[in-house]
Amino acid sequence: MTDVPVSAVSAGLMACGHCGQVMARQDGPAPCPRCGGGVRPRKPASLSRTWALLLTAIILYAPANLLPIMQTSSLFATSRDTIIGGVVYFWHSGSPGLAILIFSVSILVPVLKMAILGILALTVQFGWPLDRRQCVMLFHVIEFVGRWSMLDVFVVALMVGLVRFKGLAVIEAGPGAIAFGVVVALTMLATHSFDPRLIWDSPRRALG
Amino acid sequence: MVASVMDQLCACPHCDALHRRPPLRRGEKALCVRCGSTLARRHRLAPDQVLALVVAAVMVFAIANAFPIVDLRIQGLHGGTTLFGAVAALWSDGRQPMAVLVCATTQAFPLLDLASMLALLLAVSRRRRPGWFGPLLRAVQELRPWGMVEVFMLGVVVSLVKLSGMAHILPGMALWAFALLTVLMAAILSFHPHQLWDEPDHD
Ligand SMILES: [Zn+2]
Ligand SMILES: [Zn+2]
Repeated sequence: MTDVPVSAVSAGLMACGHCGQVMARQDGPAPCPRCGGGVRPRKPASLSRTWALLLTAIILYAPANLLPIMQTSSLFATSRDTIIGGVVYFWHSGSPGLAILIFSVSILVPVLKMAILGILALTVQFGWPLDRRQCVMLFHVIEFVGRWSMLDVFVVALMVGLVRFKGLAVIEAGPGAIAFGVVVALTMLATHSFDPRLIWDSPRRALG
Repeated sequence: MVASVMDQLCACPHCDALHRRPPLRRGEKALCVRCGSTLARRHRLAPDQVLALVVAAVMVFAIANAFPIVDLRIQGLHGGTTLFGAVAALWSDGRQPMAVLVCATTQAFPLLDLASMLALLLAVSRRRRPGWFGPLLRAVQELRPWGMVEVFMLGVVVSLVKLSGMAHILPGMALWAFALLTVLMAAILSFHPHQLWDEPDHD
C-alpha cells in the first residue's frame, strides 16, 4: 500500500482488540462477530484510567523504596535491606554486574516507565507535537521491559523460602517488597489501559 | 456473518491505520506503514508443533514445581525450598499479599496459560471452534502478560549469587527444569494465540 494510510475509525470502521476482526464502527461496545469479545473504537476512558493507575503507582513508589524489602535476623543482629541497599551490597561484595542489573530493573526501569507513560499521556492530552512513530516505539519499550521490575520481589521470595535456619539466620519479607510488587503491577495496568491509537487521533496531523 | 470486505482488512492495533490484510507465510510478519509496529505475524511453527511444545512445557512445569530449586548448607544446617515452599513461607510469615503475587505470576498464570493453549491448539488441530474457544482465547491474551517465568528464572540466578557468599549451594532438579521451562515458554509465548483465528484456513 503506497497511499496515505487512513485510520479505521475515520473510515467508519473499528477493529476487535481481541482478534483483529474489522467491523462497522459503533460507539458503544459491540460484540465481535468472530470472537464474541466486546469491541469499541478506542479503549474506554483510556486517559483517565492511565492517569489514575499511574498516579497511584507514583505515590506508592516512595514507600516501596523507603521501606525495607527484606529483614535478616541472625544470632547477632537484625538487618533491614531496602532496594537501594541491595544494589549497594552487590556493588561492594564484588558483583558489580549484578548491582547494575538490579539497579536497572528495580530503579531505572520503573522510573523511566512512569516518566515515559506520563509523557505519552500528556502528549495525548495536550497534543504535544512529538514524533508519533517514536511515541509508539517508546510505548513498545515500556510494554516490554515493565515486567522485569518484578525481579526483586522474586529474589526476596526465594531468600525467604531458602534462609529459614531457626536460631542461626531467618529472612523475612519487608513491607517494601509488596509495595514494590504493587507498583510494578500498577504500572503494567496503566500501560495496558493506555491506548496508543490516541497518539494518532489528535488534530496535529500536519507532519503525518 | 460479516461482509467479506471486512475480512480482507485489518487495522494496526497501535495507530489504527487501515491496511489490506497481508497474506503471510509461516515465520513472516507484516509491519504497519504508518507507525512501524508489527501489524500481523504468523509464527514459524505450525499449531501442531506448538502443541508439542506445550505438552513438553506442562511436564517440565510439573518437575520444576515438584522438586527443590536449590539445596543449601550453612554451618552443618541443611535447607532447601521448592517454589511452593517459598510461597508457603511468605504466607506463614504474614505476607499473604506477596505470597499471592508470587504464586499467581510464577505458578497460577503460567499454568493456566499452558492449559488454555493446550485446549485451544487441540481444538484447532481438530478444525473445530467450540463455544468456549473465543472466551478462552480472550482470557489467555488478558492473563499472558502476568505470567513471569523468565523473570523468576533471573530471580533464581540472582538469589544464588547472593547466597553463594554465605552458604554452600547445590543446584536442585527444579533449577534445571526452570531453565528449560523458560526456554520452552519463550517459544510458546512468541506464538500469539490471536493468529489461531486464521488457522487453518490460511493454508
Ligand atoms: Zn474479535
Ligand atoms: Zn500502526
